[in-house]
Amino acid sequence: MRNYPDNPQKVYYFGTCLVDMFYPGAGLAGIKLLQQNGIKVIFPSQQTCCGQPAYNSGFPDEARTVARKQIELFYKDLPIVVPSGSCAGMMRHHYPKLFENDPRIDQVISFSERIFELSEFLVHAVNIKLEDHGLPINVTWHSSCHALREMAVTEDSKSLIRQLKNVELVELQREQDCCGFGGTFAVKQPAISAVMVKDKTDDVRQTGAERLITGDCGCLMNISGALQYENASIKGQHLAEFIWERINGESSTA
Amino acid sequence: MSEQSRQRILARLAAGTRQASAPIPQPDPIPARTYSRTEKIEKLKTLMEAMRTEVHVTDAQNWIHKLEEILKKRKLKSLVYPPQTTLGGILESHWESAEGNLPQLIPYEKEIEDFKERLFTIDAGITSTAGAIADPGALILWPSEKEPRLMSLVPSIHIAILQADKIFSSFLEAMHKEKWSTKMPTNVVLISGPSKTADIEMTLAFGVHGPRELIVLIVET
Amino acid sequence: MANHQPLDFEKNVARAINDKQLIKNIKSAMNTLVLKRKNIFSDAAETERLRTLGNATKSQALSKLPELLERLETKCTENGIQVHWAETIPEANQLVLDIMKSHGATRLVKGKSMVSEEMELNAYLQKHGIEALETDLGEFIIQLNHETPAHIIVPAIHKNRDQISKIFHDHIPGAPYTDNVDELNAIARKTLRQKFEKADVGLSGVNFAVAETGTLCLVENEGNGRMCTTVPGVHIALMGLEKVVEKLEDLPPMLRLLIGSATGQLITTYVNMITSPRKPGEKDGPKEVHLIILDNGRSKIYADPQRRKTLYCIRCGTCLSHCPVYNRIGGHAYGYIYPGPIGKILNPQVEGLEAAGVLATASSLCNACEEVCPVKIPIPELIRRIRNESYSKDPASMVAGHGYKSNWIESLVWKLWAIANTRPLINAAGIKVLGALGLKLPKVGPLKLWTRNRKAPELAPQSLHELVKHIGVDNE
Repeated sequence: MRNYPDNPQKVYYFGTCLVDMFYPGAGLAGIKLLQQNGIKVIFPSQQTCCGQPAYNSGFPDEARTVARKQIELFYKDLPIVVPSGSCAGMMRHHYPKLFENDPRIDQVISFSERIFELSEFLVHAVNIKLEDHGLPINVTWHSSCHALREMAVTEDSKSLIRQLKNVELVELQREQDCCGFGGTFAVKQPAISAVMVKDKTDDVRQTGAERLITGDCGCLMNISGALQYENASIKGQHLAEFIWERINGESSTA
Repeated sequence: MSEQSRQRILARLAAGTRQASAPIPQPDPIPARTYSRTEKIEKLKTLMEAMRTEVHVTDAQNWIHKLEEILKKRKLKSLVYPPQTTLGGILESHWESAEGNLPQLIPYEKEIEDFKERLFTIDAGITSTAGAIADPGALILWPSEKEPRLMSLVPSIHIAILQADKIFSSFLEAMHKEKWSTKMPTNVVLISGPSKTADIEMTLAFGVHGPRELIVLIVET
Repeated sequence: MANHQPLDFEKNVARAINDKQLIKNIKSAMNTLVLKRKNIFSDAAETERLRTLGNATKSQALSKLPELLERLETKCTENGIQVHWAETIPEANQLVLDIMKSHGATRLVKGKSMVSEEMELNAYLQKHGIEALETDLGEFIIQLNHETPAHIIVPAIHKNRDQISKIFHDHIPGAPYTDNVDELNAIARKTLRQKFEKADVGLSGVNFAVAETGTLCLVENEGNGRMCTTVPGVHIALMGLEKVVEKLEDLPPMLRLLIGSATGQLITTYVNMITSPRKPGEKDGPKEVHLIILDNGRSKIYADPQRRKTLYCIRCGTCLSHCPVYNRIGGHAYGYIYPGPIGKILNPQVEGLEAAGVLATASSLCNACEEVCPVKIPIPELIRRIRNESYSKDPASMVAGHGYKSNWIESLVWKLWAIANTRPLINAAGIKVLGALGLKLPKVGPLKLWTRNRKAPELAPQSLHELVKHIGVDNE
């Protein structure tokens, strides 16, 4: 169990590049949830990407270049909240390895130690209480592999859903199976990725849920992209956006 | 050729060890659990029975009668045994006075080269044991000149006599108490049940190449 | 590896994915193995302690590898075991052949040995007129069908009972057609029993070699290992040089890890610890025992502190069982003897990146393997290392074939990516341009592949950067 800040007043927010480009509503929802709980949010405007795409593809130098920039931007000793288990995992667990031989490794470690995935922060640092104002709905949950294994925040995410009294969480049969995104894996090994996402969408559909909730936009893009291609009626949504809608009765971008 | 390869391999490895890296974690041995005498018997019996071993708890007076009962029930024709051992002596004298249809006692007294064909036709083999391990549930066979290895392997039925006071709590305990590292024999075998496989569709099937049946007589003293 | 066809991974994957029966068999079996492992390692804290111990034991042993191998050799020799060293596969095969020939032997019975598969020993011996017969049931099945193993632990797992009954019926004289598993086993037992009796030489692998006592430890469920190492007059044991452990007391935890991970058991039916050939006065056991220590690229892997961790592997196969990619393509698609996650890091390092580097791309880096590896090999980290080496032109790199993937397009793409992501104005401008193109992102390259079975992602009209300007967040 890691240590969480007690009664945080101010936090940094790292949006992530996928949120920025494709799911800004999810990013906004995360910020608003923190603000709604009395926390001041700082969003360094020069932030871009955690560097994971290059890091996983065999280009560590380029990854370091981009990572260094983010580390410099989030220099104050404040928690950094990230609405993605995958990016949080990268910055928390992989930055120290990426900068292993760097003279400024201490600065990197101090940055990494301040990284929190959104759900774990809401549950353990904010102690958030959610009041569900929405209509009854069935949802199912998918955890990104890094949220599950690196950040170990899956139970936190699911506990937030379970707080919503009109929401029924129907679990996937194979919840822990990778959806096949893997960043560039989806396009480097498209045939394998395709069968993995198909197995996932089959699982999603058999739950009978109306919505697929996840904490990672890479998985979201992958699974909901496949669901839409299959003309499934199930909608995919980021956890933060879903929670915001349920407790406020409107979209985060309203 | 082997010598040159040896030099080259060792030279490369030696160069490799000189590559400094992060400090190497020290193994933190996990202390093995110890069980009481009754717990040990119970645990051994439970675990071995789960592996389809037939286990009987007997005592010094009754084990031989239990053995007789087991052999008669199966209507076996032959039983290979170790002649120059205490076990062998007991069997020989008991067979002299025993009644009924007992299998013929066949002593394993020749070298395998002169005995192989016969051995492969014998129904059952009986051996002593060097003890057993309660967790994870296995016999310790310590073959010697007097108790050859193949007795517990070739016949389809293996009967093992185990002294209850030689059951150890764990594998580590057995190794330490008996100081294995100072006196390893040609071949020690741990045996946890009759032979089995799950190679076909992960479906468990018993009696592959080793014995189809393993019968253990635990003798309480 | 001798006469290896170049790996056409894409073709292998396509073939495997379209083989519905294969994938059904694999998934079902792997599901069973995963559940069995979970069941036997149900105490999370204890399992974690055990895995940490396994990792430390292997790290320590490997840190002294040359010293331990020499100690092993000395003790084995004292005990009467003849030790041979083979740098390459041809050398190792030659050693086996020489031993066979010195006894005028033409029949070899084999216990399961992945090293012997690595050597392609059976084919080599067959060329020299020697029958090498597999006795492990799974290996026996695939040998009859002229295949290589599909999984490290359960070689014939890609076949169901119908397929196996057909193989037996077609290849074993007199074998009736039956899909009853017990009956199939009985056929194998009967056939192989005759072979055990008549064999001149027996061969086995080695799960762990103990330097302290010169002991070869071998685990099995069927009894064929004992048959091969006890009945014939000669026993040849093959081991990779990384299999040595220091002390006898290292065995209990390592065996618990290996057996629990491989088959979900507390212990196998048999655990053999062989320390010498037949001693004077003993009536059975081989009169000659040979140990062949194989290098085949391991000593080169050893030299790199990070890549050395590849050698921690105890060949339990659990990474395969848990891998979502292995579960979708089976073992043969990988093209080399070691499939799955361990194969993705081992094969490229042994065979060279040009030959096998593609295997490192066949991972979504989901970490399922790392989570269960009994000796905590950081497999995803090593996959990334192989990927890095695939592009790296660093002259100091010791990985054969490094930089083979290096090309100006990808180099340029990532350089531009780095520029865009460190110059926020360029990043923002770029996103705006892409946003203006909206749904008309050109479906080429990656996007073309993506949209084969997914709807293309849509760029949001306003980025998060722009949206936050309206909700009272600070920049600093």
